[in-house]
Amino acid sequence: MREVVAEFERPVMLYSIGKDSSVLLRLAQKAFYPGPIPFPLLHIDTTYKFREMIEFRDRYVAEIGARLIVHTNSEAIAEGTQPFLVGTKACCGALKTKSLLDALEAGNYDAAFGGARRDEERSRAKERIFSLRDPNGQWDPKNQRPELWQLLNARIRPGESIRVFPLSNWTEIDVWSYIHSESIPVVPLYFAREREVVVRGEALISLEQPFVPLMPGEQPQKIMCRMRSLGCSPCTGAVRSDADTVPKIIAELVAAKNSERQLRIIDHDQDGSMELKKREGYF
Amino acid sequence: MSGLLRICTAGSVDDGKSTLIGRLLYDSRAVYEDQLHSVQKASRNRTAGPIDFSLFTDGLRAEREQGITIDVAYRYFATARRKFILADTPGHEQYTRNMATGASTADVAILLVDARHGVRVQSRRHAQIARLLGIRDYVLAVNKMDLIDFDRTVFEDIVDEFDRILPNANLHPIPISALHGDNVITRSERTPWFDGMSLLQFLETVQVDRDVSGKPFRMPVQLVLRPTHEFRGYAGQILSGMVRPGDLVSAWPGGRSTRVKRIVTWDGDLEVASAGQSVTLTLEDEVDISRGDLLSVGEIEVGQRFRADVVWMDERPLDPGRVYLLKHTTKTVTAEVDHALVLNQIGSVGIQTARPIIFDRYAENRGTGSFILIDPATNFTSGAGMIAEPIRERSGAAASRPSAAERLARVARSAGNDADAVEAVRKALEELLS
Repeated sequence: MREVVAEFERPVMLYSIGKDSSVLLRLAQKAFYPGPIPFPLLHIDTTYKFREMIEFRDRYVAEIGARLIVHTNSEAIAEGTQPFLVGTKACCGALKTKSLLDALEAGNYDAAFGGARRDEERSRAKERIFSLRDPNGQWDPKNQRPELWQLLNARIRPGESIRVFPLSNWTEIDVWSYIHSESIPVVPLYFAREREVVVRGEALISLEQPFVPLMPGEQPQKIMCRMRSLGCSPCTGAVRSDADTVPKIIAELVAAKNSERQLRIIDHDQDGSMELKKREGYF
Repeated sequence: MSGLLRICTAGSVDDGKSTLIGRLLYDSRAVYEDQLHSVQKASRNRTAGPIDFSLFTDGLRAEREQGITIDVAYRYFATARRKFILADTPGHEQYTRNMATGASTADVAILLVDARHGVRVQSRRHAQIARLLGIRDYVLAVNKMDLIDFDRTVFEDIVDEFDRILPNANLHPIPISALHGDNVITRSERTPWFDGMSLLQFLETVQVDRDVSGKPFRMPVQLVLRPTHEFRGYAGQILSGMVRPGDLVSAWPGGRSTRVKRIVTWDGDLEVASAGQSVTLTLEDEVDISRGDLLSVGEIEVGQRFRADVVWMDERPLDPGRVYLLKHTTKTVTAEVDHALVLNQIGSVGIQTARPIIFDRYAENRGTGSFILIDPATNFTSGAGMIAEPIRERSGAAASRPSAAERLARVARSAGNDADAVEAVRKALEELLS
């Protein structure tokens, strides 16, 4: 992070409100202590995030005194874009990828921190720590710069930018262990509690957004569950769990059989879909 | 992260590297069920067996379509005894640079050889790159033993040959079958003549010498933190050694010495900090220090000329007539190299930098002995270098060093026509002045 602040003119941190973002924020506080975090946070708000996420965001960011920029693709929202109308692929494209690229361009940011980790998904396993994006924000996985030792190449041409992934070498368990040892606040959705959901395949889907349709035979019910990964409420399933503390979550992960992104519907719309999204500009 | 082991893998195309890693991840349960289902689904679309283990690691579509690994993929797994970060590096010749990337941060290299083919040019080359990057511990995994009926003689011949390729290295040979799992996680009954450990047992127990805390203190300054007028802190990651408040340190390139006042962190001041930690130091005296300078204890080299082993990673060959950017620790300077190199070539070259850098020999200190070369025209990371030794100026030799004007003239001469020459000189001037 210090390397980026030293080498780039306008860095920004993409703040997704999730556990990885919480860790990233703590690392930023530490890296520049006793000074303040020398860059703003950017949240791409699809307006379909869980209410608890937004409450947490506003409270926590104010508490630590960071500067927050919220960007929404209001045009697409006004057109009624939502996953059940246009499909998850188009919805993500408009509300996340396009919105992110617009916000980065509007802020003229040349470096953007993200909390992505290589252990999350196959194409992310090949991501660099300093990952180059062309002027359209797109990723070319075949033409990546080699990264040796800890020497990071920060040279870019006008219009180009980099995405920076300080947590590249962390695993999900590392993240939770760090949250535990540092007592970092996270969104309460990660902890098990009875929540009203519908059972859809293996996922438990929240009915927070009024447009989520009930399939034939589906009945909202109260189930003890938690989120392993946070996204938009219609597209992020909860898992059945009793883990209501960080140590219980870590114990659950050690025994887990499924990866955290399994219930992220958007990863599974076609084989290799994360790579395609990343090439277009997604994280 | 104590107990963490960093591994890189090397081998030729089709030696079964991805299959071996998929097997390690699968059998050590680092593969989650949903990833397994997605791979089983994809396996049915292709012609591989029941489960194609390589699909766990060949993450990019192009790789899955061509059936080869084209980029470094990082994998993370843990057993009850240890955590592992594994860099799966490609065997295909045109991607040798990725091998160097994987090896640059690894403690142990797994060299994979197909028992049927023996030691091939690629295996030899990869072993040499790993050696050059300073790896001391090797696993020689002789794979596809099932296809040669677990023949002991074939195995031993390959081991003998590697002993000659890597003299004085810690070489641990293991006969395996990645596809069937022999000697990967547990010892196989099909190799009764083999009395060593399985691959995973070895990786769980190998002791690697990574004690950089015992070396002299080195900390390149990444950033000067000045949140208030009273506070002036030098932020950086300690590359080697330890530091305590009161220690006498030298600030390079000036070489002025001063004492460490405080080690400031978010969690409070520290009594001691060691290699790997990112800290902020305050000093007793007002010293003019900025990013790219280095705080150190003990002898260190300061100079503009040195010999280095360079791995060339760019399709555009290294051109001795051009000026490159050299990034070393947190400092970037312009540099010229005296030898041409082409993609994937490794050579011992002489380097001259425009401003002095503060360095150690790579063999003594990876952090202060390594650098990258960046092509200023493309910004690509074109070369990776390991400093072998300083070139000392003999008296009078300094006069024979080319001046900036002579170097510009050389840049101009190497251009094909006047327009190119103007452009080349303009760029070189900008680089010299930046």
